[in-house]
Amino acid sequence: MSEGNTPLLRLDHIGKEFYGNRVLSDISFDINAGEIIGLVGENGAGKSTLLNILFGMPVISSTGGHEGKIQIDGRNVNFTSPNQALAHGIGMVHQEFSLIPGFTAAENILLNREVLNGSSMSYLFSDRVSTLNRTAMNERARAAINTLGVNISPYMSVSEMPVGYKQFIEIAREIDRKNTRLLFLDEPTAVLAESEAEILIAALKKLARSGIAIVFISHRLSEVKELCHRILVLRDGRLITDRPADELTTRQIASLMVGRQSSSVDLEKHEIPEEIPAEPETADSVLASPKKKKKIRPALKVEHLWVDMPGETVRDVSFEVKKGEIFGIGGLAGHGKLGIPNGIMGLYPAGGTVRLFGRKLTLNKPRAALGRKMAFVSEDRRGVGLLLDEPLDWNITFTAMQTQGRFLLGIPYIFQVRNEHAMRREARKFIDSLSIKCTGPGQLAGELSGGNQQKVCLAKAFVLRPNILLICEPTRGIDIGAKSLVLDTLKEYNRENGTTIIITSSELEELRSVCNRVAIVDEGKIAGILPASSPAEDFGMLMMGQTRHDEEGEESA
Amino acid sequence: MRKIFDLVANNAVPAVFIIISAFAIPLSGYSASYLIQELLTRIGRNSFLILSLLIPIMAGMGLNFGMVLGAMAGQIGLLFICDWGVVGIPGMVLACLIGTPIAIVLGIFCGHVLNRAKGREMVTSYILGFFINGVYQMTVLYLMGWVIPITNPALLLSRGYGVRNAVSLLGIRGVLDNLIPTIITGTQGAGQFLSVNGAKSYILMQIPFLEGAIRIPLATLVVIALFCVFIVWFRKTKLGQDMRAIGQSQSVADSSGIPVNRTRIIAIVISTVLACYGQIIYLQNMGTLNTYNSHDQTGMFSIAALLIGGASVSRATIANVFAGVILFHLMFIVAPVAGKNLIGDAQIGEYFRVFVSYGIIAISLVLHAWRRNREREAARRSLRGNKGGE
Repeated sequence: MSEGNTPLLRLDHIGKEFYGNRVLSDISFDINAGEIIGLVGENGAGKSTLLNILFGMPVISSTGGHEGKIQIDGRNVNFTSPNQALAHGIGMVHQEFSLIPGFTAAENILLNREVLNGSSMSYLFSDRVSTLNRTAMNERARAAINTLGVNISPYMSVSEMPVGYKQFIEIAREIDRKNTRLLFLDEPTAVLAESEAEILIAALKKLARSGIAIVFISHRLSEVKELCHRILVLRDGRLITDRPADELTTRQIASLMVGRQSSSVDLEKHEIPEEIPAEPETADSVLASPKKKKKIRPALKVEHLWVDMPGETVRDVSFEVKKGEIFGIGGLAGHGKLGIPNGIMGLYPAGGTVRLFGRKLTLNKPRAALGRKMAFVSEDRRGVGLLLDEPLDWNITFTAMQTQGRFLLGIPYIFQVRNEHAMRREARKFIDSLSIKCTGPGQLAGELSGGNQQKVCLAKAFVLRPNILLICEPTRGIDIGAKSLVLDTLKEYNRENGTTIIITSSELEELRSVCNRVAIVDEGKIAGILPASSPAEDFGMLMMGQTRHDEEGEESA
Repeated sequence: MRKIFDLVANNAVPAVFIIISAFAIPLSGYSASYLIQELLTRIGRNSFLILSLLIPIMAGMGLNFGMVLGAMAGQIGLLFICDWGVVGIPGMVLACLIGTPIAIVLGIFCGHVLNRAKGREMVTSYILGFFINGVYQMTVLYLMGWVIPITNPALLLSRGYGVRNAVSLLGIRGVLDNLIPTIITGTQGAGQFLSVNGAKSYILMQIPFLEGAIRIPLATLVVIALFCVFIVWFRKTKLGQDMRAIGQSQSVADSSGIPVNRTRIIAIVISTVLACYGQIIYLQNMGTLNTYNSHDQTGMFSIAALLIGGASVSRATIANVFAGVILFHLMFIVAPVAGKNLIGDAQIGEYFRVFVSYGIIAISLVLHAWRRNREREAARRSLRGNKGGE
């Protein structure tokens, strides 16, 4: 912007490796006073690592620091703790609220920076025995709130505030720090309603005019485009674009973020099982009416599902899965894609209607879901998925034993013992067919590698002979070789048994390569369902909360 | 509807006590002046101990069962002044001076332990009380008179070391209560009660229709009032504000730079030291020290009284303290006699009061857990924007 001046913040070839795993490379850009920068990127693009570096989070210094130089006002800085960043005028507003509910707005804004009355006691002990000057505190809070151009009483208790107000209080807290010149906002609008987001954007523009530079991280591209002067796109740890916002359309930004061409997806993999009428679904028809009248009864029909899974809240989700289909659920982390299968299986409080082959499923009871021959592979492999201190044959047959009464000898309800022989035989079968690397069925599950543990989880689900298989993050934390093996196993199982499979994954490419259709979840709702062969940027647009409506409006404008 | 329900749930315990007392008072047949006298004595005796619980509750550490640590420190102080024969107010002050460093050390220890058991402070401090009780018993039963010099034979067991089970505190008995001797009398017969324990008493006021006379432990009440002023002031300080912040959200307080662990230790140290003074005041009123038992029930009864006053695990006020002392001890006074008059057995009252103390603590812990679950559910629901019913 203002050429020739020293920029407020300059990043010079910033890079970062975690244990030989490169997450950021060669990031260089400047931020000037009063400028608003939009930082966008998929999950894992390196946004949070970049923030951690700039904010001096201990996770960076404890893993060997970073490469490159950071300059503030032309002087090199190297933060080793967040307090140093604060002292240099860098403020941060996190996605989750860090407010104390029982405190008033003023008490929260001035938390640990309270205005104190002088006291003779404070010489004797410390400042902490001085009393608070509430009048001065309320005045200062009011001043900070007024800077934002909103009207919130400093006396109002945070617990009684609407969500939007809380976000303002968070920002006011950063502004109140006298030296704050650069403000990072990590998805500040994610929890806001549209009208609240508009007020926030107006407030941020006002703030920028007063000379504070703002880095705005959001996945809502229309907001980013409206608010920011410049847009930076991160992909796979690299800075892909650094251009003024006027030069980019949201569609361009989305495709830059996703970055891959649709041709890269192996279309051969999109054989649709015979049961499914291979109707050509275009992106338009799906987006226009996500619910379609089918002659065939859907294997799974979900209507207005909500799930209270912490960090993965599902607000209102409806979709249908056809029999024999591999259905993918994708979306950014924290938007609720993991909540859907966990809610259907009854692991978290849920509501709405779920129909399995036309019959209603009792929610909130894992036993009911298992009894209807649904199987679940949890994303939390070591916590929910496996009994780490038990041998493989136990792990593989455990759920079947508990819910279907198999692998047992004796008279049901009177006296039963485990049929160790049958358990071991079943385990051997899967160890061979999935080529699980282990010493035998007697090895403890905790001793296996991530990929082999995942195979055990799959075996455990297969033993149930499910009609519907729900799988969360099948390839998380396992190496590339194991990844393709796991995915191939799923495809093969689907082809041989006609089992309906629902895969939830953060890796869009993976979903597109395995699934017939992929639903994208955004802010706890389905943004759209597309056939896997749709171009990657269409998925990107859905992920970024970009509805067709917005896009048309923008292009016609 | 929800509000009415909350109101009832929040005040159910005091309400039940008021109702029981309303029935038991007439059954006991005690006169008003007797009841008022007894209550005043018990307010003076117990309030300080109960007030010492307030600060840890503010800091979100729950009910400090570890206050018995302070009580033990106070008793050690009292044992020393008995041995040295220091009497009167100087004796009490000296006992406090001896008890304070012991209470501070125990408080710091307790605070460190509780910082390692966050979220389980109550059960940890309860068990910690048992552990320190063991150390206390070893000190008093074996070390005193052997390693720690105790010379007064009236204190020691006949074998030459270890302290006797009952120690008379005649030297300081009632010294604070009677420091400013004050009575309230009825208009008739005022002259009879002008001397208390041989000392001249001031008549504070005369109330018509009051039978007999009521002695007021004025100095003790003044000390308690000062303590209340201290707590009000403390809430207004930065340290108090930090404790409130920690009490509501440790993670937020931590991220804003408040030294969470240190502040929690300070809260426990303050509570322990105050409990030490509280126990000394309590025992100067009682006049005898049961070396091995006096502190046993201190924590339990103080906590029960506070809860009966309408406090919860996470919220307690000064008003709760006094409401609690009055209701709990009113029951103590009238229940045995009411039981005797009703069923012919005084034991029923004694049974009832122990049963009630434990029962009340159990109920408020359950209520606390239930309320916290409900809050958590509400918080979860609010994340969803209150959509979807249920």
